[in-house]
Amino acid sequence: MKRRNLLATAAMGLLLASGGAFAQGMDKVKACFVYVGPIGDGGWTFQHHEGALAVQEKFGDKVEIQWQENVPEGADAERVLTQMALGGCNIIFTTSFGFMDPTNAVAAKFPDVKFEHATGFKRDSANVSTYNARFYEGRAVQGHIAGKMTKSNKIGYIASFPIPEVVMGINSYYLHAKKANPNVELSVVWAFTWFDPAKEADAAKALIDQGVDVIASHTDSTAPLAEAAKTNGAVIGFGQASDMAEYKDGPRVSSIIDNWAPYYVKRVGALLDGTYEQADAWEGIAGGEVEIGEITAAVPAEVKAEAEALRDSIAAGTYHPFTGPINKQDGSPWLAEGATAPDGDLLGMNFYVEGITGDIPQ
Amino acid sequence: MDIGGINPVILIATLMASAVPILLAALGETVVERSGVLNLGVEGMMIIGALGGFVVAVETGSPVIGFFGGAAAGALLSLIFAALTQVFLANQVATGLALTLFGLGVSSLGGQGYNGIKPPPTEQLLPDALADLPVVGPILFGHDWVVYFSILMTAVLWWVLKATRVGLIIRAVGESHEAAHALGYKVNRIRLMCIAFGGAMAGMGGAYVSLARVPQWVDGITAGAGWIALAIVVFASWKPWRVLIGAYLFGGITVLQLNLQVAGSGIPVEYLSMAPYLITILVLVIMSAGRKGKANGAPASLGQNFHASR
Repeated sequence: MKRRNLLATAAMGLLLASGGAFAQGMDKVKACFVYVGPIGDGGWTFQHHEGALAVQEKFGDKVEIQWQENVPEGADAERVLTQMALGGCNIIFTTSFGFMDPTNAVAAKFPDVKFEHATGFKRDSANVSTYNARFYEGRAVQGHIAGKMTKSNKIGYIASFPIPEVVMGINSYYLHAKKANPNVELSVVWAFTWFDPAKEADAAKALIDQGVDVIASHTDSTAPLAEAAKTNGAVIGFGQASDMAEYKDGPRVSSIIDNWAPYYVKRVGALLDGTYEQADAWEGIAGGEVEIGEITAAVPAEVKAEAEALRDSIAAGTYHPFTGPINKQDGSPWLAEGATAPDGDLLGMNFYVEGITGDIPQ
Repeated sequence: MDIGGINPVILIATLMASAVPILLAALGETVVERSGVLNLGVEGMMIIGALGGFVVAVETGSPVIGFFGGAAAGALLSLIFAALTQVFLANQVATGLALTLFGLGVSSLGGQGYNGIKPPPTEQLLPDALADLPVVGPILFGHDWVVYFSILMTAVLWWVLKATRVGLIIRAVGESHEAAHALGYKVNRIRLMCIAFGGAMAGMGGAYVSLARVPQWVDGITAGAGWIALAIVVFASWKPWRVLIGAYLFGGITVLQLNLQVAGSGIPVEYLSMAPYLITILVLVIMSAGRKGKANGAPASLGQNFHASR
C-alpha cells in the first residue's frame, strides 16, 4: 500500500512537471488514429475506423477520438504523429507496418503519450505497445477453400510488401491449399502498394489471364474482387480485412475480417481506469480479432464444413496452422514433425515454405 | 503462341485498356500546356471525374452518360483553376497543386455513400464475332468504346494542333502570348477553353478508372495516375502520338511486369516494379534527344500568366 502511494505520488509529480495527464486513471481520454489509406477503402483502414468508432460508442463523453486518413509511410507520418501528440492526444494508434520507425521516434519525444503500433515489432520506449492479429489463421482457412475450389490447380496471391506479416500469410495460404489439393500451384504477385485500386485490378487480371482461378489478396481495396467479378463466376476470391459483403453474390466466397474493436476498447478502457501497461498483443480467431466471414453457397457444403472445422480447431487451440514437418523453400528443415512455429519465427518470417516458386523481394 | 508463359495477344489487349486513363488525361494536359498553361491539378481533376462519372452512371444507369458526367465534373473543377489563374492571375504551380488537394478532398466527401456499389458495366463495342477472331480480335475489336475514343482523340489532337487554324492559335498563345495578343487573339479566353478541355479529358480518364477498369468507387481511386500523365506529357515533348506511345509503354510494362511475376520469370521483383517508370522515361528521353535547338519542345510561355495591360 505504501509503495503504491509512493508510485502515485511520483506519478503526480511527473504529471505536474510535464503538464500531461495520466496516472491513476483519467477522466477523459483523447484517442487518435493514424490511417495509411482512406476510410472508404472498404478494407483495412475501414476496419480500423470501425474500431475507433466502437471506442467512441463504448465510452461516450469520456473519450474524444481524432483520426487522420491517407498518411504516407515515412517522414510525413512523423509530422502527423508529432502534431497529434502536441494536440493533446493521450493515446495514438498507428495502423500500418510502415509507421513503425516514425512511431518509435516520436514516442521517444513524448513519454507521456501512449503509442500503439499495429503489426510492428519495435517497442523502443516504455510508452510504445504493439498489437497485431493472427491473420495467418484466417489464411489457413482461405487456403483450404482455395485448394478445394480451384479447377485449374493454379491459385494466386496479390501481395503488398515483403514484410513478415505478408510472407506469413502467403505461407499459411499455400500450406493449406497444398494439403487440400497436392497439385496446387501458387503464383504470387507483388504489387508494392497497400492501396492502388487500378494496380490491384491489373494484378488480378494478370493472374486471371494466366489461368489462376482463386485469388487471395493482401492489399486494401475491393478491386481484385471487382476484377474477378468480370469473369462471371469462373474466378473466385476472398474479402480481405473487411467482409466485402457486396461481392457475396459474385466472386467473394469467404473473407478475413479484422475486428480491432475489442482491442481498442480494452486499451482505451485501461487508460481510463489506470490499468494501462505496455503490451505486445497478438490475438487470433480465438480472441475475436480475426473473424472468418460467411462462406457462401458457391462453396460445396462439405468443403464449407471442413473449412469451418479448421477454423474451430484453430480457435480451440487444438491445431496450429504452422505445424511440422515443414521445410523452407530451399529444402532445409524448419519445423520438425509435430512442432509448432514459435511466435518469434513468425514475426520475423522472411522465407517461403517448400513448394512455393519465386523469390521474396528483399 | 505463349512467350515465357505470357500470351502476347492478351497482353497487348490488356495494355490498351489499362493505358486509357493516363492517355486521356495526358492528351488533355498536352493541349493545356501547348496553350502555355501548366495545370498540375490533373490528379484532382481525374478523381473528381472518377467520382462524377461513377455517380452519374449509377444514378442514370447508363455508363455512356457517366463518362460525359465525368468529363463535365473534370471540366467544372478545372474552371476553378482557370478563374484563379486567368482572371486573378494566381501562380499556376501553386494553384494546380491546390486543385489536386481540393479534388481529392471533395471527391472523398462526395463519394460518401457510393462505396461498395457496382456501376452499370461498360460493354465491349463490337460484336463477339469480330472480337473472337484469332490475334486481331482481342487487340483490335475486343475493346469498349472509350479505348477507341482515346486513340481517335490522339489522332484528332495531332491533326488539330499540327494542321488547323485552331491549333495554330493555341500554339501561338503558348509560344508567345504577347505576339498572339498583338495579333488580336484573346489570350486568356483561349487558355480558359484549353483548360476546360484538359479538365474534361482528365475527368473522362478518371471516369474510366471507376467505371471500366476497377468498376467501383473507393476513396483515392486514381492513386497518382494524374502525376504519371503529367510526366508523360513532358517526356513526350508535348506531341500527341508520343503521348500515346508513352502511355502505352507505361501501361504495357506495368501489365507485363505483373504478368512476368505470375509466370515466374526469375527476374527480381524489384527490377520489374521499377521497370515501367524507368523504361518509359528512357524511351521518351531518347526519342526527344538528338535534335538540336528545340530539343525539349516546351512551349515558350509555359507557366507564365498573361495580362493585357503589360
